[in-house]
This record gives sequence, C-alpha cells and structure tokens, in this order.
Amino acid sequence: MAEPILELAGLQKRFGGLAVTEDVSLRVAPGGIHAIIGPNGAGKTTLIHQISGTLRPDAGRILFGGRDVTALPLQRRARLGLARSFQITCILPGFTVLENAALAVQARSGSSFRFFRPAASETALNRQAMSALEQVGLAGRATTPAGALSHGEKRQLELAIALAMQPRLLLLDEALAGAGPEETERLVTILRGLKGAYTILLVEHDMQAVFALADRISVLVYGRVIATGEPDAIRGNPEVRAAYLGEDDA
Amino acid sequence: MRTRIRESALPLLVLALLAAAPFLGFGEGWAMTLLARAMILAMAAVSLSFILGGAGLISLGHAAMLGFGAYAVVILDDAGITEAAVVVPVAVAAAASFALLTGAVAIRTSGVHFIMITLAFGQMAFFTAASLAGYGGDDGYTLYSRTSLGGTRWLEDRLVFHYACLGLLVLSLLLCRMLLASRFGRVLRAAKESSLRVRAVGFDPYPYRLVAYGIAGGIAGLAGVMLANATEFVAPSYIAWQRSGDLLFMVILGGVGSLHGAVLGALAFVLVEEWLGHITEHWRLIFGPLLILAVLFLRGGLAGLPAQLLGARNRG
Repeated sequence: MAEPILELAGLQKRFGGLAVTEDVSLRVAPGGIHAIIGPNGAGKTTLIHQISGTLRPDAGRILFGGRDVTALPLQRRARLGLARSFQITCILPGFTVLENAALAVQARSGSSFRFFRPAASETALNRQAMSALEQVGLAGRATTPAGALSHGEKRQLELAIALAMQPRLLLLDEALAGAGPEETERLVTILRGLKGAYTILLVEHDMQAVFALADRISVLVYGRVIATGEPDAIRGNPEVRAAYLGEDDA
Repeated sequence: MRTRIRESALPLLVLALLAAAPFLGFGEGWAMTLLARAMILAMAAVSLSFILGGAGLISLGHAAMLGFGAYAVVILDDAGITEAAVVVPVAVAAAASFALLTGAVAIRTSGVHFIMITLAFGQMAFFTAASLAGYGGDDGYTLYSRTSLGGTRWLEDRLVFHYACLGLLVLSLLLCRMLLASRFGRVLRAAKESSLRVRAVGFDPYPYRLVAYGIAGGIAGLAGVMLANATEFVAPSYIAWQRSGDLLFMVILGGVGSLHGAVLGALAFVLVEEWLGHITEHWRLIFGPLLILAVLFLRGGLAGLPAQLLGARNRG
C-alpha cells in the first residue's frame, strides 16, 4: 500500500459512559474512493467529526499526509487540504452560489486581510470558483442566492465549495442525504466524474451508491472497523452480512 | 443596475438634504446643533451597523467607544492641547485600543454572552469616567474651546462644523462599505451567516471579527471627538448603557442589512425625539410605542421603506 493520505490509529471517543468510537484504525490510500459504511448508531458521524476536526478524540492519533493533526482545529486541517462536506447542508444562504465557492478559493489564495479591492471583482477568484461550479454542474446558477437553490442543488453546491478548496482529501459526510432518486443519480454521476482527480473518503448510507462508487469499503459497527476491503469482498464477508447487510435482507 | 440606483437614491437624497440644510432655513441656532448631533450619532451608528449587520456582533457597549473619543478631547484639553492633528489620532487610537482589548475577550463569546460582556465593559468605562474627579466626575467637563484645525478656529464656525460632521459621516459610510465588499469583509459576512462554513474552508473568524471591532471602535471614537466639540461639554452620561441602547436602536430602526440605514435611523431617532420633546413633557410615552411599531412593521427598517412601499403599490 502506498503512503496513506489519511491514517487513523486507535481513535477513541466516549460521550459519558457511551463509547461511540471504540477503537478505529484505518488507512486511506491516495486516489480513488474509500467508503465507510455502517448501520445507524455505528458512530459514522462521530468519526467524521474527529477526522475533520470538529470533535477531539479521547485517545488515538490522526495523521494527514504523514502529519499528526490530532490537535488541530477544523480550519487548520482545511488549510492543509482536508475538505469536508456536511450531512446537514452548510452553505451561506445570503451569498450567491458563485460567492459561496469564491470564499473557498479565497481561503487558499493569499491573505484575506485585504481591505480595499472589492472581492467580487477579483477575476482570479471568480474564475476558479466558476470552474468548481462547472465540475458539479451548477455554473448556470452562479448568480442565484444559495438560499434559493433546491435541496439537490444545495448538495451540489456543498460539493463545489469543497472542490474549490482544491483539497488533497475530500471528506463527504452523507453527500446524498435527503436527495430524491433523480438527485441521487445526478450526484452519483458527479462523484464518479471526480474519481481519479480527487481522493475521496465517503461516509454514506446509500448502499447502492457506495457499491457503485467505492474502490474500498470499511465497515463500522459499534465504533469498530470490522472489515475493510474491496466491494466484492465486503459483500461476501459473513461478519458484515450478519452485522449490517443482513438487516436489509430480513 | 436599476435596483442599485433605487437602493442608493434614498441615502443620496438624505445626504443631499443634509448638505443643503444650512440654506433651507436651518441656518440658525438650535436646528443646526440638532442636525450636527444627529450626524455625529449617525456616524457612530454606521460603525455599529458595520459590526452588527456585517459581522453579527451585537454590541451593547458601543457608547464606550464614543466616550473614549470624547474623553480624549477632555484630557488633552485639560493639558492645553486642542490641535486636531494631535487630538484626532489620540482619540481614535484610544477608542480602537479599548475596542481591541475588550473585543479580544468579548469576541470569544457569542450571542447573549457577547451582548452582556460588551455591556459590562461599557459600564466599566462609564463608572471610570464618573470617577475621574479631575475631569468633572459625574458633573462632566466643559471644554475650554473647540478643537483647532492647524491652529485655526474654523470648527467654531457653525457652517464649517456642519460640513465637517457631514464629511466625516460620508467618509465613515464609504469606508465601511469598502471594507464590507473587500476580501476581509467577505470573510466577516460569511462568518455571520455560518461560522462553521467559514472554518470548514479554512478561516478562523476570530481575528477578522476582532479587527472589525477595532475599526468600528476607531470610527466611534472619531464621532466622540465631534460630539465633544458639538456641545463643548463631556459627561459620563455619554457612555451610559442607555446611549449604547440608543445606538443599537438607531441601527435596527434604520435596517440592519444596510449601512446607510444607520444614517436614516439616527436622523429619525434624534429628530423625532426632539420633536416630541417640544410637544409634550411626557414624550417618552409616545416615543417608546412609536419605536416598537417601527420595528414591528418596517421590515428592513427605514432603508427598506421605499422598496416596501413600491412593493405594496405594485401588488395593489
């Protein structure tokens, strides 16, 4: 295995007496899509929060690009190239679609302690923001206030913001959450288009989408990774079937 | 483009009226004093609107910044220094420093906590001013003379003072508008909408908010210099929390979303207050409900009034 872009070693997180992350160790190789699946209450969201930096683990280490980022807050990890999307859409409703993405470009384009020039007239920012919007098929909505987008479009924008950061790792927390069948299809197509260009860690509920997209899958059950492997291997793994897939069959 | 013209029509009209006021029969006495006071408070309100509407920082201690400016004039006056080239930088620096120091603590909190902490710092400034026995304490301090401009007594002239206030008000407006449109302002505005989103793309909102708070403090400090000069008298009541409340109210009355709303709010506040005061001794009984009605029914404040009226006409 190549040098992992992200490595989790012995992560633990408890809320009171409840161990939500028991002991998670995981390596994510650069390139491709790595998915984390697991039944409700498996601790997927808590894990994502620890990886992105909104929650501090009680024990264990997080290495990003070989660097220990366990103690770094969200914004510092973002600067290092760790972009995340949110399960509950987190966009700036009062900003235009373009300005949402332009803010992310701005974050990696020199100092933002600039007081004179109107940011909206910075063509370099706008151009890169536009190209992120094009990647997710939102270019036509650039001047729309983000708050006026449909739910599916908001998910697309969420993705575009992450892409505008030109991340080394894209952390997608239930990118398909709440999307209808048509929207899901569109989002899956977009994600497939990103494959190869970005390393993606996908935490997802939608099994069909996961098996259609992922190169590797890790299964999280009760705060532990019980299996990691290629989709076919995971599908055939009896332990996984018992813990998770079996529920769907029943 | 058309909406842009429509949006700036009202503030431009108001500023033009202020510029023409001395020639519209307001040239004498109390009316000019009143307008100067309104413009000075408008300047402070603009700076508050900058951090409130722009950065979401609801300060209930903004009058303290005004007070720092005013007391800088007092303290320098007492030392025999009245030159604007000294007074203005000292006053602005004092107010901005106070804002930065208190902001460094306050901005770590948010919501109600932020309001309470700014209130507490404001009251600290108030009681400190009241205990400055050498500068009049509770009774206040009467200035020996107005601040001089390069050794001249120009500011003593009613007309010059009027245009100085108007000029500074316009400058504050333009400065805040420029800041909000810049990269810096974009981070502020974004952090106001969603702090989480801003952090997730790689910004820590704290330093941006702190700098904005300092700038707002500096502008309010400058307004404080003008306020001291307008009345040639400074008292701790300038810093009292009621004054901070008034400023907050001017901003909300004018419309939180727009900087020029603060100007409209301040003018309306000062003029209506004065007008009612002439009609009846119990003017507060009328003023209070008026303000409540304004907040309830003026969506987007006074600045949003033209659009609201046009909308109603188009619908009707």
